[in-house]
Amino acid sequence: MGKIFFYVVLAVVMVSGLLFAPEHAGLAIHPMDQFVVSSMFGDHVGMFSITNATVWLALAVLSTFALLVLGSSRRAIVPGRAQSVAELTYGFIYKMVEDVAGKDAVKFFPYIMTLFIFILMSNSLALIPMSFSPTSHIAVTAILAALVFITVTVVGFVKNGVGFLGLFWVSSAPLPLRPILAIIEVISYFVRPVSHSIRLAGNIMAGHAVLKVFAGFAGALGLFSFFPIFAITAVYALEVLVAFIQAYVFTILTCVYLKDALHPSH
Amino acid sequence: MEGDLAHIGAGLAAIGSGAAAIGVGNVAGNFLAGALRNPSAAASQTATLFIGIAFAEALGIFSFLVALLLMFAV
Repeated sequence: MGKIFFYVVLAVVMVSGLLFAPEHAGLAIHPMDQFVVSSMFGDHVGMFSITNATVWLALAVLSTFALLVLGSSRRAIVPGRAQSVAELTYGFIYKMVEDVAGKDAVKFFPYIMTLFIFILMSNSLALIPMSFSPTSHIAVTAILAALVFITVTVVGFVKNGVGFLGLFWVSSAPLPLRPILAIIEVISYFVRPVSHSIRLAGNIMAGHAVLKVFAGFAGALGLFSFFPIFAITAVYALEVLVAFIQAYVFTILTCVYLKDALHPSH
Repeated sequence: MEGDLAHIGAGLAAIGSGAAAIGVGNVAGNFLAGALRNPSAAASQTATLFIGIAFAEALGIFSFLVALLLMFAV
């Protein structure tokens, strides 16, 4: 039964590859078309119009709500599936904040949990075919990274006062080297939000573009249009991994920056 | 074939991806070498592993970004 189904799908893909083959050899689907922000109703994109980006951001929030609120509503002693996932996520992030940023950073746990689960949800929802990936846009990730940067800087100055500047003055280095190191430290401090945001957006954008590039090969191959399916399956598996790892990396770097703000001495 | 110098520049910028691959491979390979010598300490260092990979990878992503800018923005 499974074998027959496989051959039927294969035949359909091969025939449609012949039927829809483009006139000229080239990419039938442009890999960057999936990142275009367009209005859901009409053509006009204004300040308050509902675009595909808004819809998928809202879906990310809704699925977060569904997971955490519905998962914790039952509170069974033997947890069901939703409850275990919600509890595992909570415990995972709590332990990460405690281990990386220290015990006194636990009061920032709600913020870090929000960051993690929002990025994870929008990354994984973006893996649904024909969907839109909000985190592939630097506009989205730059806001997240800028908020982390501002929070960390404000927390650092409120907690330590002028002592926060000790982060840039490496007291363990020889005295003549310290001004040079201070310049490097200041530059690396201000590059943080840039690399923090571009890492997430770049990874997601690159992965989705690679998927679409392989999909675009299908049109050019004609009878062998089924061939890219294997490549797409492999890349898709990698993308599932990347969706989680990038959310994890974003949060753990937030924890590292927070630790610097709470304990600025080298 | 069509294209101009910006496309050549984009191709040159893509070399950075290979350099980032070397960097990430170094991080992961050294982690594995250390983890096999002292497996009991490996679990506590996975967070460090991911931070190292993220830093090595960020610079490769920068070169990817330069390639994209040359292709679509210049």
